[in-house]
Amino acid sequence: MNPELLFFFETVIGGLMAGVMYSLVALGFVLIFKASGIFNFAQGVMCLFAALALYDFMAPGGWVDRWFGFTFPVWAAIALTIVVMIILAWLIERFVLQYLVKQEPIILFMATIGLAYVLEGIGDILFGSDVKPLDVGIPQGASDWLWDNFNLYIEKLEIFAAATAAVLVTVLAIFFQRTRIGRALRAVADDHQAALSVGISLRTIWVIVWSVSGIVALVAGIMWGSKSGVQFSLSLIALKALPVLILGGFTSVPGAIVGGLIIGVGEKLAEVYFGPYVGGAIENWFAYMLALVFLLFRPQGLFGERIIERV
Amino acid sequence: MAQDKAQTGNGALLRVNNIEVIYDHVILVLKGVSLEVAEGGVVALLGANGAGKSTTLKSISNLLGAERGVVTKGSIIYQNESVHSLSPNELVNRGVVQVMEGRHCFEHLTVEENLLTGAYTRSDGRAAIQQDLELVYKYFPRLQERRKSQAGYTSGGEQQMLSVGRALMARPSLILLDEPSMGLAPQLVEEIFDIVKRLNENEKVTFLLAEQNTNMALRYSKYGYILENGRVVLDGDASTLLDNEDVKEFYLGVSGEERKSFRDVKHYRRRKRWLA
Repeated sequence: MNPELLFFFETVIGGLMAGVMYSLVALGFVLIFKASGIFNFAQGVMCLFAALALYDFMAPGGWVDRWFGFTFPVWAAIALTIVVMIILAWLIERFVLQYLVKQEPIILFMATIGLAYVLEGIGDILFGSDVKPLDVGIPQGASDWLWDNFNLYIEKLEIFAAATAAVLVTVLAIFFQRTRIGRALRAVADDHQAALSVGISLRTIWVIVWSVSGIVALVAGIMWGSKSGVQFSLSLIALKALPVLILGGFTSVPGAIVGGLIIGVGEKLAEVYFGPYVGGAIENWFAYMLALVFLLFRPQGLFGERIIERV
Repeated sequence: MAQDKAQTGNGALLRVNNIEVIYDHVILVLKGVSLEVAEGGVVALLGANGAGKSTTLKSISNLLGAERGVVTKGSIIYQNESVHSLSPNELVNRGVVQVMEGRHCFEHLTVEENLLTGAYTRSDGRAAIQQDLELVYKYFPRLQERRKSQAGYTSGGEQQMLSVGRALMARPSLILLDEPSMGLAPQLVEEIFDIVKRLNENEKVTFLLAEQNTNMALRYSKYGYILENGRVVLDGDASTLLDNEDVKEFYLGVSGEERKSFRDVKHYRRRKRWLA
């Protein structure tokens, strides 16, 4: 294959893989926004929190190791972290959301900003603030097979992340479309009042949706943590998820995925092919520019729920 | 206010005693409303805009909380149990379901999914729910035709049917039906009231319905209460109310035999309001 084309493919695939990582974070946002209309500013911190908790359950020198002198195997640590995230969701409902029912979205948004700082602080106190290398056994390094056969340089981790995202989205789609709870979640997203009137308890639904979102945050946290270590800046990837959401639509799970991919690819391509003309570093702001264009022409995003208007 | 106990034989399914409702800590909306709904009855709650009909229904189904309303006085007894501190889902569990004013379908869910959410609180298994789905389709064949379309794209009449059908899916014993005629063509209103009547007779569902369309509501119900400014001003058998001079004058828009001049009418109304 000619080297230029090969380079193009490498850029696109690299972009897609980076995009998947954004999508994972964006997914958590979509879930909560769909069910409660809350833009959860704390989603990024939840990723960080989940990754920190996971690290401490399994890593030598972590919290559990220091206190009890043993560590959990990976699978048990993941299960325990899921439990932690569910407890966290319950606490959030119990101590924050419950008191804010029927408030303006902006107030709920502010509450999640507060939540972000509280979680960050707790994470700091409990787990410390140094960079922690997270290793849950995801293969590292470039894929030899792709390198040998196609001359492509792709990280194994990124392939793994893409596969995980695919599985996660499939499971979520089935959960939302086919189960009783999933249907109730969508009902709540459509009309709180009506959901109450058919006997759906909003409080239960909120705990469920924050738990699911916490589990998604854990997955995202594992991927990002494996890639660049569990560190504070993890909470800032939430900002990258914002343009993904604007592109894909705040209410669409497939939208979060496609939005992430577009942003990932767009970023990389712009950097490589357009960057040299403007002095580089496009990657940092390209996503936001793209989001701006979308806000102008298609505010509900690519897959956002159509605002139904009957004539 | 005379509490007429002679409604129907079986005793009251629901008894609302002198409730007072305050919104946002300051706005007094109900100033002592009492009513009774007999098992198997169809009771109409009538009155103009803002009289307190919806508030009365919502205080029974306890959807008030989400609107920052509170029942501050009085009691609500359903099946000999005080229910005013129960959450909406506990009430649905006990068989009290409200069909809200303005239909409130889940727009992005299909018609069938909407119906299935109605069965959310049930735990008697898929087969039973499927059976009830068929039952709802029997009463509302039009919903079956549209079962795969998004509820947001169905017509107003279909949405009203859908919200009644959705309530039925919970296997309720009491449906609180708020303003079913709202924004619908007269023929459709008639159709919906017909179905209410059939549901009442065949499925033994008791209805408490709030309506502005006094004539229609009284023709299909057995007993009626008239609310004005958060108080019950008149109650009685539907047929009695239909013949009542004041009801004719104020709510049905037909006055006695001899035509009065506008001035007389105004005077009469003012005097009556004063006495009430």
